[in-house]
Amino acid sequence: MVPADQRAPASPPKRQVAPWNDERVRSLAFQSLTLALVVGLLAYLALNAADNLSRQGIATGFGFLGREASFAITTALIPYSPADTYARALLVGLLNTLLVAGLGLVLATLLGLALGLARLSANWLLGRLALVYVEIMRNTPLVLQLFLWWDLLRLSTPPPREAWKPLPGVYISLRGVFFPVPVYDPLYLWMGAALALGVAAAALLGVWGRRRQARTGRALRLGLPGLALILLPPAIVFFAGGAPHLLDVPHPTRFDFSGGRSITPEFAALLAGLVAYTAAFIGEILRGSILSVRSGQSEAAAALGLTRGQALRLIVLPQAIRVAIPPLTSEYLNLAKNSSLAVAIGFPELFSVTNTVANQTGQAIEAMAIVCATYLAISLSISLLMNLYNRSMAPVER
Amino acid sequence: MIELRRVNKWFGGRQVLKDVSLTVARGERVVVCGPSGAGKSTMIRCINRLEEHQQGEIFVDGIELTGDVKQIEAIRREVGMVFQHFNLFPHLTVLDNLTLAPIWVRRMPRREAEDLAMLYLERVRIPEQAGKYPSQLSGGEQQRVAIARALCMKPQIMLFDEPTSALDPEMIKEVLDVMVELAQSGMTMICVTHEMGFAREVADLMVFMDQGEVIETAPPDRFFTAPRNERTRLFLGRILRQ
Repeated sequence: MVPADQRAPASPPKRQVAPWNDERVRSLAFQSLTLALVVGLLAYLALNAADNLSRQGIATGFGFLGREASFAITTALIPYSPADTYARALLVGLLNTLLVAGLGLVLATLLGLALGLARLSANWLLGRLALVYVEIMRNTPLVLQLFLWWDLLRLSTPPPREAWKPLPGVYISLRGVFFPVPVYDPLYLWMGAALALGVAAAALLGVWGRRRQARTGRALRLGLPGLALILLPPAIVFFAGGAPHLLDVPHPTRFDFSGGRSITPEFAALLAGLVAYTAAFIGEILRGSILSVRSGQSEAAAALGLTRGQALRLIVLPQAIRVAIPPLTSEYLNLAKNSSLAVAIGFPELFSVTNTVANQTGQAIEAMAIVCATYLAISLSISLLMNLYNRSMAPVER
Repeated sequence: MIELRRVNKWFGGRQVLKDVSLTVARGERVVVCGPSGAGKSTMIRCINRLEEHQQGEIFVDGIELTGDVKQIEAIRREVGMVFQHFNLFPHLTVLDNLTLAPIWVRRMPRREAEDLAMLYLERVRIPEQAGKYPSQLSGGEQQRVAIARALCMKPQIMLFDEPTSALDPEMIKEVLDVMVELAQSGMTMICVTHEMGFAREVADLMVFMDQGEVIETAPPDRFFTAPRNERTRLFLGRILRQ
């Protein structure tokens, strides 16, 4: 905008406009009105909620987090008992969410890639099977599928007293899979260190192999030596340290098992459901992005003598993945958020635990605010990582 | 070196190659021309099995092209191809475009492959572009990179599928110059092209195709001055008048 006093003197004098017809006044007025309405509505809701809470004698604030939770959680990655605080209960829930989301992301990606490639394959039967799978999974509600997995797992397994024992100390029943775990021994720390050493040695071996390939052209088969380098050091430490073999073995009680560790049917159903459902979408995304790579690319690769596998790995997938990253990110976000549907089948992830906490304390607003903030943090982290990956894969333009 | 015997091919119900026969000797340079839809590209794409022929026999370097994947790969190692739209790999640098196949297919040490790539980049006169990505080059430069990429496999035969059709007029010459040099070095070549100046300069044999059939084969002097077939005459009249 040119200020009025700098305008050319020849310009016509500014016409007087009534304020209610002035574009700028109008837009300012409408924006102020909208803002006032939103703020007013929020204030009304907040005051109402505070009023209701105080009438019911519930103190607002996050003080409840320090109080005793006094409810049990079936699956906990960290030691937890009902005597622990609400805060710790929520942490247990968060860890369960992260566990199921993390495992789910990896497994859904692998299954999705297999589905995408199956749909693209020249094998008619394989392609059709993958198509049917994808259409069923995409077109039925996830909650329904979770119930189905859960029922399937419980109905196909025996009651605890008739549990299957595929291995000594392992019990499979409708209570889940119970298996023994080693009792903690300080030697395990040293074994961990030895494992890290082995991994480092194997990585060095890999670098050496690649250098050698660059020098001589001969690709060495280093898979087995590498595996030996990784596995041998911890094994040596284990036996040198007297091979501690105290196991925490589960044993049957009247209706359940105690001791050991377990995979509950709820966890298995949630993981299977999330993976099976999300993989269908990921498969379609990957199929589409592979198709988006022009056919000339694989033709050029074939004409140079590359095998179909090499062409896929070296030429097509690196270009397809760039196209796939944005929609893949939103699928990953969906998977993480959909894990909250576990509330339907009773797996104690963040949302179910929060639900229990909110019911017991009546502080639904605070509890839900915590969950919202946590899911937001998880989602933003996934987005951030995917954006970083996207940037590292960005094509170079002129 | 290459022999096609009564090759037939259909796309759906439409026949695109009708009893095509052609013999190319080692070191021979063949230029294929004809109106669009004549089956020129389809024919040379059958030679390295980018298209599958349905009847007849194709022999390349004594090996018959069948469904045998190992034999197809063996033939593709010996047959280089240059495409109309270059088909460079956009996610790899020029140097990596050139070294990819020698490293993965020929199992060549990386350093040796890079030396070889630089040698051919110098032959196509763009060694300074080695570190760039294809999208940073002009069309003519991209096509020269594509030629160098095919040469890095040290092929016995080079197939060119309308290599200058997608180029701006001022870039056609730089690509043709490289092709002429290659022809003079004794490479066995089959070129689908409408560059008749190039054809006159290097071709040992002209092949005219129309509607899936080989209508006429002749050495260039007779082909251009005294074509026997009416359709060849019509076609030459149309493209040489320009």
